[in-house]
Amino acid sequence: MSALRRARLTVAAAGCAALTAACAGAGALAGDGSGTTLVVAIVSNPQMEDAIELTPRFEAEHPGVDLKFVSLPENEARAKITASVATGGGEFDVVMISNFETPQWADNGWLVNLQPYIDRTAGYDDQDFIPSIRESLSYEGDMYSVPFYGESSFLVYRKDLFDQAGLTMPAQPTWPQVRRLAARLHDPQSGMTGICLRGLPGWGENLAPLNTVVNTFGGRWFDQHWNARLTAPAFERAVKFYVDLVQDYGIPGAAAAGYSECITAYSQGQAAMWYDATAMVSTVESPSDSAVAGKNGYAPAPVVQTDASGWLYTWSLGIPESSEHPDRAWEFVSWVTSQEYIRLVGQEFGWERVPPGSRQSTYEIPQYREIATAYAEPTLRALRSVDPDGATVQPVPYTGVQFVGIPEFQDLGTRVGQQISAAIAGQVSVDEALEQSQNYAETVGDSYQEEEQ
Amino acid sequence: MTSVATTHRKATVEPERSARTSTRSRAWTRRAPLLPALVFAIIVTQLPFLLTIWYSLQSWNLVRPGSEQFVGLSNYADVFADSTFRGAALHTVVLTGSCVLIALVLGTGLALLLDREFLGRGVVRTLLITPFLVMPVAGALLWKTTLLDPVYGLVNFVLGPLGVGNVDWVTRYPLASVVAALVWQWTPFMMLLVLAGLQAQPKDVLEAAQVDGATKFRTFVFVTLPHLRRYIELAVLLGAIYVVNTFDQIYMMTQGGPGTASANLPFYIYQRAFLGFDVGQAAAMGVVVVVGTILVATVALRVIFKSFDLKES
Amino acid sequence: MATTTIGTPADGRARLAGRATTVATWLIGLAFFFPVLWMVLTAFKQEVDAYTDTPKLLFTPTLDQFKGVFGAGFWPYVGNSAFATVMSTLLVLLLAVPAAYALSIRPVPKTQDVLFFFISTKMLPVVAVIVPLYVISQRLNMLDNIWMMVILYTAMNLPIAVWMLRSFMLEVPGEVLEAAEVDGAGMRQTFRHVLLPMLAPGIAATALICVIFAWNEFFFAVNLTAARAGTVPVFLVGFITSEGLYWAQLSAAATMAALPVVLAGWAAQKQLVRGLSMGAIK
Repeated sequence: MSALRRARLTVAAAGCAALTAACAGAGALAGDGSGTTLVVAIVSNPQMEDAIELTPRFEAEHPGVDLKFVSLPENEARAKITASVATGGGEFDVVMISNFETPQWADNGWLVNLQPYIDRTAGYDDQDFIPSIRESLSYEGDMYSVPFYGESSFLVYRKDLFDQAGLTMPAQPTWPQVRRLAARLHDPQSGMTGICLRGLPGWGENLAPLNTVVNTFGGRWFDQHWNARLTAPAFERAVKFYVDLVQDYGIPGAAAAGYSECITAYSQGQAAMWYDATAMVSTVESPSDSAVAGKNGYAPAPVVQTDASGWLYTWSLGIPESSEHPDRAWEFVSWVTSQEYIRLVGQEFGWERVPPGSRQSTYEIPQYREIATAYAEPTLRALRSVDPDGATVQPVPYTGVQFVGIPEFQDLGTRVGQQISAAIAGQVSVDEALEQSQNYAETVGDSYQEEEQ
Repeated sequence: MTSVATTHRKATVEPERSARTSTRSRAWTRRAPLLPALVFAIIVTQLPFLLTIWYSLQSWNLVRPGSEQFVGLSNYADVFADSTFRGAALHTVVLTGSCVLIALVLGTGLALLLDREFLGRGVVRTLLITPFLVMPVAGALLWKTTLLDPVYGLVNFVLGPLGVGNVDWVTRYPLASVVAALVWQWTPFMMLLVLAGLQAQPKDVLEAAQVDGATKFRTFVFVTLPHLRRYIELAVLLGAIYVVNTFDQIYMMTQGGPGTASANLPFYIYQRAFLGFDVGQAAAMGVVVVVGTILVATVALRVIFKSFDLKES
Repeated sequence: MATTTIGTPADGRARLAGRATTVATWLIGLAFFFPVLWMVLTAFKQEVDAYTDTPKLLFTPTLDQFKGVFGAGFWPYVGNSAFATVMSTLLVLLLAVPAAYALSIRPVPKTQDVLFFFISTKMLPVVAVIVPLYVISQRLNMLDNIWMMVILYTAMNLPIAVWMLRSFMLEVPGEVLEAAEVDGAGMRQTFRHVLLPMLAPGIAATALICVIFAWNEFFFAVNLTAARAGTVPVFLVGFITSEGLYWAQLSAAATMAALPVVLAGWAAQKQLVRGLSMGAIK
């Protein structure tokens, strides 16, 4: 049974789910004068669904605040939130963003500086946030959004299959080693693929794992003078390696497989390895959702030239400048990102459901350590080893591991991601794909070169 | 129908000669019922379009505040230099053309099958029109997941015994997959229109043809088809108008991919606007598409209207 | 002709062919309907039964997925959709009936041009105006406001409604109107007492088409609404999570989202046929 659904059932079982919703809706229409309605835009994922389930608790503690959620898939949520915040649309009081947007939007003056609020809130303890995450959500030393959960990337593999085949996973695998392992375990006749990797176009989809490969192969998007370097040998080697690996030992339909498809393929036992977000554990290790729970080992992100190559990503909550109720919005934001909330989720829904990767204290909770023995340490280690300012071998003018921290990257990354996806599908060669991608990147680089002059 | 129109025209011509002032006020009483709809349509559809034209002359990226500046026609130059845009235009034509054609042929076939008495005819018709009623977003999800999924999809399960392996339809044949979902949705529409035409066909003409010894096939080609012409034109016109603006299916099924292999113009422009946040360029593309559509539509509509008029006079 | 051939082998063959055609028609009908049936079946499954290598026809049905859908706050979205659909349809009729009248029964000059204008607004890609619409709604404080949807759906359905209603009106025999005029009935009275009753089926057909398109509309809704004015398609899309596929739950949501219009369409099939054939059917 899915986490998402269980959460909903908890309420449904009480027999009043629809009723509650209807009342909340009616309340919003009728009682606008008495209280404040906060509109929260979020990405639909199980952790946020849990938060929605728990909001009656928040509303009980904060009379006069009525929460409404807009829950959309990642791409749509991002499009809506960006359009709204950039134009000062004012529909949202709280928005879910990431470490990609936060520093840029803070620089644009679109987000409320949360540091004064944080400092004022007793017991909130922002020093408890995992340092790399806190750093990535800060602008000029102040936090402009606070993490709901965070993730890095690592390699999950099927211990049972490795044992059967007499293989061992090195403590710190390299990509060529991973390829050899994939070759040994790839057996399409019996429905087993060597390794699952994302191919779905998108800067947050296939480019996330690919960029960590590019980084560790010694590639970079731009040199320090904003010259695009997508056709440089190191970049090419990395992309060829990735595309070949997916074509040779990937899952069927890899070119359209994103995180969702991969999670289904791996947890239904169709892949021997999978390199992806650390957040996968909540599904992969869930006995009800996954056919492979308890059979997995975790290794750090594979490397070539760098010491570590995991990415850094966090879904965080910020308050747009256009919100009319920043104080009340902070009440909700601080509640849902607090240590108390994490414990509340653990007690209400089970400890495997707590939002991971945001607070160090989470990893000291005994119940969580017990349930997460297999993956708590690898996750924390991965998150601590990330250095967004030094992910590449050669120096670059941007920050970010799996993304280039400039506003144009959403578009550029998706266009390049489309080319890569087409290469994985065999519609174009890697060289052609990179040639085209280089053109896109040059246009972006040009505008920065002009700015510098 | 013809006689109605002409008598009315005659009736209105005579008073017009008598007095100019009354002609004018009469003309306004005539226009009055039309005005609310016309004004409404102009305000809601044309005003935003004027704003689109204005934006198309700006360089404006939503995520780079302060980037707004007047750039004249340079956005248009970029649009015409953009090979992806041309690709999207081609996909739009292919998608619309193939969807309308296939749906029309299938719809005509189904209409012929339904145009006879048999047990459960009403039930079969009900089954057949359902795809047209299902919310396109829901239908597209259905196609993408339960039908075309490479591993768990029904299509591969059914084709499995024929030696088709785990084909990933949406990736390998993205346009064809979208066309399949669209054809499924629009065939009932075509069928209903053609069926209406078939049932409006005078029975005596058909009988006369049979008495003359014409085969069923010849009767269909030489008697039924010419009669159906108006209905088919209408079906093609309406179908094309809706299919050319297809967004939901592409958004849900392929997101325009892999690469940009299945992006049509609406989807590509949407991506420029809400992914690139490049308002200027998206607006320029919008204007180009609108102008192109009007050109094509003027030619096509005039031709079709002509055939309608010929029939009426 | 039929009587002369009773009992001959040729007749037997013809009857056999007839039966074969009937069976074939049924099979095709079922094939077209099957995806919908499958969606409904999947909605009654547990997730584990939803994706299996061999599709499961036999399973223990469960209402869990529907409970999940209602638990996620389905009703406010239904309320919004119903409001936008009904209001926009009424508004369309209010505008389109007089307009169609002025384009058919008492035609204004340049009828063809006006018709062409209406239908041409339907061909424009809505995506070309979505950014301006967003900015305009924001300035007017109409973002996430259901009335904005009402206005847009009215504009969206108006051309097709004018077109359909005009076709129905062209069918009204001229003698009827002339008789009314001779009786000294004014334009308004003629309209109300003579025309409207004759047009009722055509108006119903037009309304049904408007309802279908308004209820199913997704693009405007997803871009211009948020928490307060979200419609059913937006609710459905919210069920697509970025973390794993939940087909059974998705199917339940899709079934509930599609149900109202499917039922309405089934119930009003005759109107649908009439409406789509633009009044050309007798």
